Amino acid sequence: MRVALFATCLLDQFFAQAGVATVRLLRSLGVEVDFPRGQTCCGQPAFNAGHWDEARRMARHTMAVFEGYDYVVLPSGSCGSMLKVHYPELFEGLGREYRRAVELAERTFELSQFVVRVLGVEKLGEGLKGRTLAYHHGCHALRELGVEKEPVLLLENAGAELVPWEADRECCGFGGVFSVKLPHISVAMADRKLDTLPEAEALVSTDAGCLLHLAGRMKRRGKPIPVRHLAELLWEARNAA
Amino acid sequence: MPPRAYPKESRALLAGRPEVRESVTKAALHFHRNRARAYAEVPVEDWRDFAAQVKAHVLSRLDRYLEEAEARLLEKGAVVHFAEGPEDAHRILGEIVKKEGVRLAVKAKSMLTEELGLNAFLASQGVEAWETDLGEFIIQLAEEPPSHIVGPAIHKSLEEIRALFAEHLGTPKDASPEDLAAAARRFLREKFLSAELGISGGNFLVAETGTLVLVENEGNIRLATSLPRVHVAFVGIEKLLPRLEDLAVFLPLLARAATGQPIGTFVSLIEGPKRPGEPDGPEVLHVVFVDHGRTAALADDEAHVVLRCIRCGACLNACPVYRQTGGHPYGFVYSGPIGKVLAPALLGPKDAYPLYHASTLCGACAEVCPVKIPIPKLLLTWRERAVREGLTYPFERPLVRAYAEAMVRPSAYRLASKAMRLFPGVLKSEALPLVRAWTRLRAGLEPSPRPFHELWEEIKDEG
Repeated sequence: MRVALFATCLLDQFFAQAGVATVRLLRSLGVEVDFPRGQTCCGQPAFNAGHWDEARRMARHTMAVFEGYDYVVLPSGSCGSMLKVHYPELFEGLGREYRRAVELAERTFELSQFVVRVLGVEKLGEGLKGRTLAYHHGCHALRELGVEKEPVLLLENAGAELVPWEADRECCGFGGVFSVKLPHISVAMADRKLDTLPEAEALVSTDAGCLLHLAGRMKRRGKPIPVRHLAELLWEARNAA
Repeated sequence: MPPRAYPKESRALLAGRPEVRESVTKAALHFHRNRARAYAEVPVEDWRDFAAQVKAHVLSRLDRYLEEAEARLLEKGAVVHFAEGPEDAHRILGEIVKKEGVRLAVKAKSMLTEELGLNAFLASQGVEAWETDLGEFIIQLAEEPPSHIVGPAIHKSLEEIRALFAEHLGTPKDASPEDLAAAARRFLREKFLSAELGISGGNFLVAETGTLVLVENEGNIRLATSLPRVHVAFVGIEKLLPRLEDLAVFLPLLARAATGQPIGTFVSLIEGPKRPGEPDGPEVLHVVFVDHGRTAALADDEAHVVLRCIRCGACLNACPVYRQTGGHPYGFVYSGPIGKVLAPALLGPKDAYPLYHASTLCGACAEVCPVKIPIPKLLLTWRERAVREGLTYPFERPLVRAYAEAMVRPSAYRLASKAMRLFPGVLKSEALPLVRAWTRLRAGLEPSPRPFHELWEEIKDEG
């Protein structure tokens, strides 16, 4: 099985170690991992802002980069949903390119969903015993890709305790360009998340954008707790076993 | 304030009146949790599918159903009018007011009459008009527009309401909520008994029977539509349902979506004015079908689905953006997620700009919508259209072009990645507007010491 890792630009730049963790985790599960060098950004910021011509340019580039692999795996729900849900929308009615987008969508998976649904692995190890974590469900992972049980299952089966958090399924307020277009609303949303956040040793999510935003706001408010990308925790779950 | 002022208005509200955020969040989450519980008690997915299909069907044959509804209403003795917009609506209402010698009117809660600006019009005609829904009454005293489709005074704290009532109704400054409601009831009871005109909206209008359906919890709509001699109902043309039996799903679905109730406390099915021998009801019933942009929206291949909306407010309660401010900064009668897609459909993308950008596309709205309006998809549609019409921030287009240009060239991407690390100050610079917008309220961005694409070169041959 040949899998291409789409690291995504935010993770590449701000959570580089989560990329390393993703590669090691997948290899430990018997997957042959490649990192196609031509990859950049999936184009979601342009798409969400309504610049579909530019988004299509980036989508075409990305589709070419990831051609020929059995699967494309992303340690991200948001960029994952861009490929899986929105690329086909972008090329609707464009015949050959639409079919290409659908074909890519079919073999694209968010990391935890890939591990559970494609590899059929529900227990990675016991490396998270005694860890108390708060899990933030990123909106696109949750509502566009249906990534809900997978990360929870993998973390809990490795011994982690996920603290109950009333706002765990609410948007953190990042929203890509939204975070700088309407920053006051964006951080008010983060504050609602953080005001309800129970005591935990780390805040975990599958999306670098949410983590950057929540971490930045926590630091600005004071008393921050560490934020960790899901991929890092999953590799710890596996590696310490 | 027009929608264009949303960024400024929302910022000012959050900074200047933080108590609004608190009141709105508390009330909206209360509705939201009740809805979730109420949905879980019934086969809600079947209901939502059914409701979405019925609405889609009605919209696909709206002309036919309007004719049918008109014929049935006439048979039952109602007077039927069609109003293209506020001007028509004002003219029609003005003629009724003159003919019937109306000096005092009582109003049932209706978002459409807000859309049409009827209160201001009635005042201009010398008619004293009172909102009789408690929430609407509160904001009428406060001289504010509704902040929520279902709970118009959702943004008001108990203290504010106490102060308003003390000023206008002379209640004690420490009156309990029960005392305040009783004071409003006493005040409005007088108005109900002496008003010549009752004005309502319409939750549904059943085409096959000409039945006007009104749903409420306070009993004020029943009084407003049966005590005065004349009843005028303003109904959006999209409110039609084909059959009476459709109500079997729509009534409980509306109540569960709106407040989590199994059904509204009072449901009025009105068929024509008082008949000979009947003790109650108005002598004259007017039904005014209102277009106000709906026909144009109906002709829109993608946007027409907003006309399915039954005004339950569930998307507002689910929306984390709405919950920070309530409805006022939106600058449009309908706020929250549905407001962001109704505004461009009814006003056009230019006048609604930038409401449809005020979303993280989190999808919480579409998850709860009882008629399955794909709100995030519509937001994207309007954004795409807005760009094509040149509705963008200054420098937005060249910036996006440059970004796309870099991203289709991996070497440019990698160069930018290197530059970011050579000049780490760039990500903290207050001089760059986009960076400043991030760092004013959050700590500055710290890139990883080395990007993953460099680390890959070291781990690619690991076992």
